[in-house]
Amino acid sequence: MAATEAEADIHLDGVSKRFGDMTAVDDLTMSIPRGSFYAMLGPSGCGKTTTLRMIGGFEDPTAGKVYLGGSDVTQHPPYRRDVNTVFQSYALFPHLSVEKNVAFGLERKKVGKAEALKRAGEALELVQLSHVGKRKPAQLSGGQQQRVALARALVNRPRALLLDEPLGALDLRLRKQLQIELKRIQQDVGITFVHVTHDQEEAMSMADTIAVMNKGQIEQAGSATDLYERPRTAFVANFLGISNLIEAKVTGDQRVTTHDGAQLHAPECAGLTGDVRIGVRPEKITLLPDGEPVPDGYNALRGKVVVAAFLGVSIQYVIQAAGGEELNVFAQNTDGSEPEGLAVGREVQLVWRPEHTFVVERG
Amino acid sequence: MSLNTRRKLLPWLFIGPGLLWLLLFFLYPLLNQASVSLMTGNPEQGYDLTWAFHNYWDAISEYKEQFGRSILYAGVSTLLCLIIGFPLAYFTAFHAGRWKSFILLLIILPFFMSYVLRTVAWQLILSDDGTVVSFFRTIGLLGDDGRLLASRTAVIAGITYNFLPFMALPLYVALEKIDPRLLEAATDLYASRTTAFRKVTVPLALPGIFAGSLLTFIPACGDFINAALLGTPQQYMIGNVIQSKFLNILDYPQAAALSFTLMLFILVGIFLYARLLGTRNLTEAAI
Repeated sequence: MAATEAEADIHLDGVSKRFGDMTAVDDLTMSIPRGSFYAMLGPSGCGKTTTLRMIGGFEDPTAGKVYLGGSDVTQHPPYRRDVNTVFQSYALFPHLSVEKNVAFGLERKKVGKAEALKRAGEALELVQLSHVGKRKPAQLSGGQQQRVALARALVNRPRALLLDEPLGALDLRLRKQLQIELKRIQQDVGITFVHVTHDQEEAMSMADTIAVMNKGQIEQAGSATDLYERPRTAFVANFLGISNLIEAKVTGDQRVTTHDGAQLHAPECAGLTGDVRIGVRPEKITLLPDGEPVPDGYNALRGKVVVAAFLGVSIQYVIQAAGGEELNVFAQNTDGSEPEGLAVGREVQLVWRPEHTFVVERG
Repeated sequence: MSLNTRRKLLPWLFIGPGLLWLLLFFLYPLLNQASVSLMTGNPEQGYDLTWAFHNYWDAISEYKEQFGRSILYAGVSTLLCLIIGFPLAYFTAFHAGRWKSFILLLIILPFFMSYVLRTVAWQLILSDDGTVVSFFRTIGLLGDDGRLLASRTAVIAGITYNFLPFMALPLYVALEKIDPRLLEAATDLYASRTTAFRKVTVPLALPGIFAGSLLTFIPACGDFINAALLGTPQQYMIGNVIQSKFLNILDYPQAAALSFTLMLFILVGIFLYARLLGTRNLTEAAI
């Protein structure tokens, strides 16, 4: 663990933040490796923005320590921290031109006016806004303002860039475009990006590491694949995509019995005992008409079709399982029609490969 | 009446009453006084329009001292209002929390009482046997027979007190509009709190400083109550001269000429001030 902390650009050690009776961040410890694109993902009120503001120095932790590049900056004001923030509302200075906005940080660092303006020009070039340098922020569109805010932070070449829902105020098309642009810029400049968002798709498409936050704590951190394929908590399983969760009991090595008595093979359950909750993603399940043989080694549950919605690219089924749960199944539309054997009201079998079974802790 | 005609008439319907008001009670008296300022004659036989432009020259040369005093007193008071009003407005806008409305109420509370009465109250506060004078005498700021009333200090103090709300309120409005995130952004970009104040807060408060200064300076220039009640003829401002010419001596042409001269001074002053701060601030101050 010591080695990772040394490599970490940003390290939080047992950080808590309380506002009166409300605990926004609860004993949080995390390390963000140098040069990574790190997303903090969670619903509003989960503490992600407060965590970011503590890294930036805008909030003092109630307890714990904040380290940047190995040194303790917990007591340092924002202007003595080598990180820059892209604010959700952009917070561009309305009385200064775009160029002056971008040069603001450099001028404070006593870079010299000419040099500051030159570097500001380069930063504007990076975000493809060289042509608006002389304008005032109010004369720009939302997307342009967002890119100016990005240039204003990047031009200082900080250790890390903190982005607080930077795309939240933009429309969907622009958001998609800027997601790609942000990712490209991060790869170009190679500095650590800490990105706060409540949009799972945004986090998954951009971040190397995603930390899913809930109630002031990190539920699980890992790559998008990790979190999606092997969520460790029900919250993560449901927050990222759609999950089918089933109550079960471990009854042998890698074997579980669901509450309605079905025997399933769950490699992830190795070493566990007692009650668990297992899950499987809707697109991993294949539906078979009642009576068709289950392929060897596959897990199978029985159920009845409640809803079959034809969406063009896929057909979305809701199946009432024998145990009572409603399970979601996405079937690719390969036949060009809705299979007769899977119509509403039919008895069906849900089959999937054992390795697609994940385990979230009970409860 | 066609819809189109009605549409064309509608704007006139809206500005009509205000326009009529201005024509009757602003433009007509203004032109009337302009013609009075060019008359000659005396109170007994009446005045005739003789295009006597020398009235202006006579008025300025005779009362240049009072003109100078008006501008000096009003200028110093405006500066004092800014020095006192800025921290007050700053605190109210950023740190007052749930006390905000209460403090704003306190700022406008003096207006619940008549202007003259408020100034008479200052007469009592500054009187020779008042606590302020005896305190100043004890700590040695005033000699044993030193007094505050009937001095330049008293007149400036009175003007500052009476016009402070005109400065504090526009400042408050301008500061209140500043998004706190902008100050966070400034500190994020390596500005200390002092630099953030200098580079972000003050520039964004400029429209308020501009509006507040005008609202204080212009009426203070023409004020006569403070000099009359807290000063002596040695502290009389141009307002006192105009007032006595109009109401006591009945020398209407000179009174009118003095009024127009004061107006001209102020207009030139505003113009220079607007050039200094940038015209954008003037339009923003008006919003």
